[in-house]
Amino acid sequence: MSAALTALPGLRAGSPQVMGAFRIVPLLRESAPGDLRIGKEAYDAYGVVRLDGLPEEPGLSYVSYVPHGLVIAHTQDGAEATLGASIFRGSEGKPRRVKLHHRMVKARTADDGSARFRMLPLHLAMEGFLALHFRGPDILWQEYSDQAARRGLDPRSETSVRGAWLAGFEDAVRLFEIHEHQVGVLVFVADALATVFVVSHPDDYRKLHLSLLEDFFGELLYTYALLYPESPRAESRIDPRAVTDLDHLAREMDRVRTDFRHYTELLAQGLFGRPAHTETVRDLGAFTLQRFYPDFDPREECHIGEQILRRDGTVEYMKTFRLSHAQVRRAYLLEKLAEAEWDLDRAMVLLGAASKTELLKRIANAGFGYLLKPHLVRGLPVDPQSR
Amino acid sequence: MTLSAIHASRLRQDRVAQEDLLLFVNACFACTGQREFYGDGHGQRVSLDFLHRYILGNYRALYAQVLALGVNHMNQALIVKNLLATGRDTPAAHRARENALVTRALHTLPTHRAMHLLEDLAKRGVNNRRTRALTQRYLADARSRDFRAVKYRRSFRRAAVHAHAPFTGELGPFLLRGWKERRFTTPLFESFRQGHFAASAIYDLPFTVAEGLAQKHGVRREVFLERIGPKLTHHERLRLSEAREAAGIAADVDWSRQPLVRIASYVLSLSLAQRDERTAELAGAFEASAARAIRSTAARFGRVACVLDRSFSSYGSSEKRRRPLAVALAVAQFLRAASDSFIGLWTHPVSPGGELMVTPRGATDLATPILAALRHEPDLLVVVSDGFDNDPQGLAGQVLEAGARLLPRCFMLHLNPVYDSESFAPKALSPAVPTLGLRDAEDVPTLVSIARFAAESGTMAELSRELDARVRAFLDGAS
Repeated sequence: MSAALTALPGLRAGSPQVMGAFRIVPLLRESAPGDLRIGKEAYDAYGVVRLDGLPEEPGLSYVSYVPHGLVIAHTQDGAEATLGASIFRGSEGKPRRVKLHHRMVKARTADDGSARFRMLPLHLAMEGFLALHFRGPDILWQEYSDQAARRGLDPRSETSVRGAWLAGFEDAVRLFEIHEHQVGVLVFVADALATVFVVSHPDDYRKLHLSLLEDFFGELLYTYALLYPESPRAESRIDPRAVTDLDHLAREMDRVRTDFRHYTELLAQGLFGRPAHTETVRDLGAFTLQRFYPDFDPREECHIGEQILRRDGTVEYMKTFRLSHAQVRRAYLLEKLAEAEWDLDRAMVLLGAASKTELLKRIANAGFGYLLKPHLVRGLPVDPQSR
Repeated sequence: MTLSAIHASRLRQDRVAQEDLLLFVNACFACTGQREFYGDGHGQRVSLDFLHRYILGNYRALYAQVLALGVNHMNQALIVKNLLATGRDTPAAHRARENALVTRALHTLPTHRAMHLLEDLAKRGVNNRRTRALTQRYLADARSRDFRAVKYRRSFRRAAVHAHAPFTGELGPFLLRGWKERRFTTPLFESFRQGHFAASAIYDLPFTVAEGLAQKHGVRREVFLERIGPKLTHHERLRLSEAREAAGIAADVDWSRQPLVRIASYVLSLSLAQRDERTAELAGAFEASAARAIRSTAARFGRVACVLDRSFSSYGSSEKRRRPLAVALAVAQFLRAASDSFIGLWTHPVSPGGELMVTPRGATDLATPILAALRHEPDLLVVVSDGFDNDPQGLAGQVLEAGARLLPRCFMLHLNPVYDSESFAPKALSPAVPTLGLRDAEDVPTLVSIARFAAESGTMAELSRELDARVRAFLDGAS
């Protein structure tokens, strides 16, 4: 258990730009040291990522559409990092339909001063989410099926939606005016925080801005984008009659800007106001690459994500994914089951279920029916809406 | 109904008419039916087309008079076309004036616009006595008839056939009966014929015609550009200046003949390194053009502050590339030359090389430069922007409102080169500050006087008088 995610130290939120359902808030950083640079590597292919073992042996894999990877170059002594020329090459010849990746985060050889590695953005966080209690029951209570005993939760899957499929997101990203010192964005759909994307250097952000369209989003946001063609109006006004002189006007202008900043902070509470569990994926010396997830509480909004932190806590890279309610419920269920050591009677109490049948129904409706013996599931009234 | 009630309803009608007219004129200055940064081309065309129909149906006389106000060529052509297509709705009392306006407008339009307008009338099947007479008269203009027949051969033939224009002289054989079959005594026609067989003959032809023939004969580009030089129009000379310089020929552009916005568009099309290299030449070009514009408009302002939008949206679209930024740059150049003291403030400070190095970049923070401008206590504050201020949203309008209260002597005006199809007008920053569509920097004095008129909420009678004067001036220019 770690403390709450700090609200992006070293970064300042600018004024939101609203296009339709989307409110995009720029994150500004006055001086970027340049010792960590991020570039994009395009794949545009389905990716099979080997998580353990060697590529030729059987083992655990993560399969998803992977449009691009990020290459991260960093130096230990604060010198300028360089990405090298190789990563910007486009795909040569025929586009590959399936690309094999070895590991979510993979070191790259570099012959100059910068150390480099490649990572699959957001998939790193998503893989962590899918792997929660992935091994299944530790104690084989009689209700669990053979499959649960042999293979745990495997195969575990979640669905998501491409950024380009969110109604109006393409226009919103295209028409967004990038600030001079901008290193990131907060994207809100109908004022619900959709994603946070932060990089270290403004030049990198300018290049990666359009990659927002290739990121994936939860189906909740897909629905919001369709249901709310306009973001709620938010404004802070100056009363022209109350202004006494130009200095007063300048102060009022500052107040309006501060109001907008506070409003953004308020909207982003669901991510930054809540405690999160962090897990260090890679220690890079001066930086650490982590993924994080919150307490899965079905009443709250939950964001999973990944970040690179400098030693002093400055966020050098961050990307988050907002889970939909169904996804949060599934994670909550697994968490409680694990807490009860997979004992259904204890889990019933923890989850506040009225009867064992109700608990079984909840497990089945969450899509984990395959963990239970078939005869237990067969009689249950399954609600197709709840998945 | 009592007399006073009738009077009140008449006043209300006048008010509505006045607002409608202002809306329409604004649209006609800014909109070209092309894609903008925030709006697509289709939406622009649909929106503009609606406005034209609405004004034509309700205020036909005013609709025709808009031709005299210097709205953009695309809208002038559209007005002429709509008027000709609905000739039978003209009240008898207005007929003579409408005819005069349409004729004058057609003759002042650039030739390519006019020829395409005539072709368009044929395509749409607009064929009435007035249209035929107008077309015939336009095509028969003795000074330019042969030139137009060669340069706009297809349009000319289509319009002439449609309007039953007589194919006098050698026009008949040239356009209808196979030009290859005889020698012509008309020099241009003969060059056109010879040009198909001999490369040496193409240099008497208009550039656009000669270019195709040069390709046919395999003439080297450098040789062609060199020898066609005397035939180039001012615009072609500007457009080809790069190619000509690359071929080792002096570009020889007469900058004073170019409108400011066109020079600005040209400057913005150059890379920063090129602009840096040619700073003196480009600054001189602006000066020459601004000086000519000021001579012709006789405009003079006192202390002027100008807030100019160079945010990313001033890139415009692939159809109107960097147009909003070019307009802002041109207005700055015009006002600098036309005022006693001038200060230009960009939304994002320009780089050390000065205004010529401006690029579309960053968010739209208009409020900060407006405040800085107010500190100079100007007589005239002009904001040139597409009206989408987003850093933060809506603040610029409020600052303008507050500024108007603090500095009552300062006249504020928002000029907008971009038409917003959803509101049928250029997007306003604040209802308290007049927003006007802008096409050319040279129109600024006109727009300032229109805005003053709107701000003082003059009566319809005054507006009619003003319009009348404009129309007379427009028609008196007739040759």
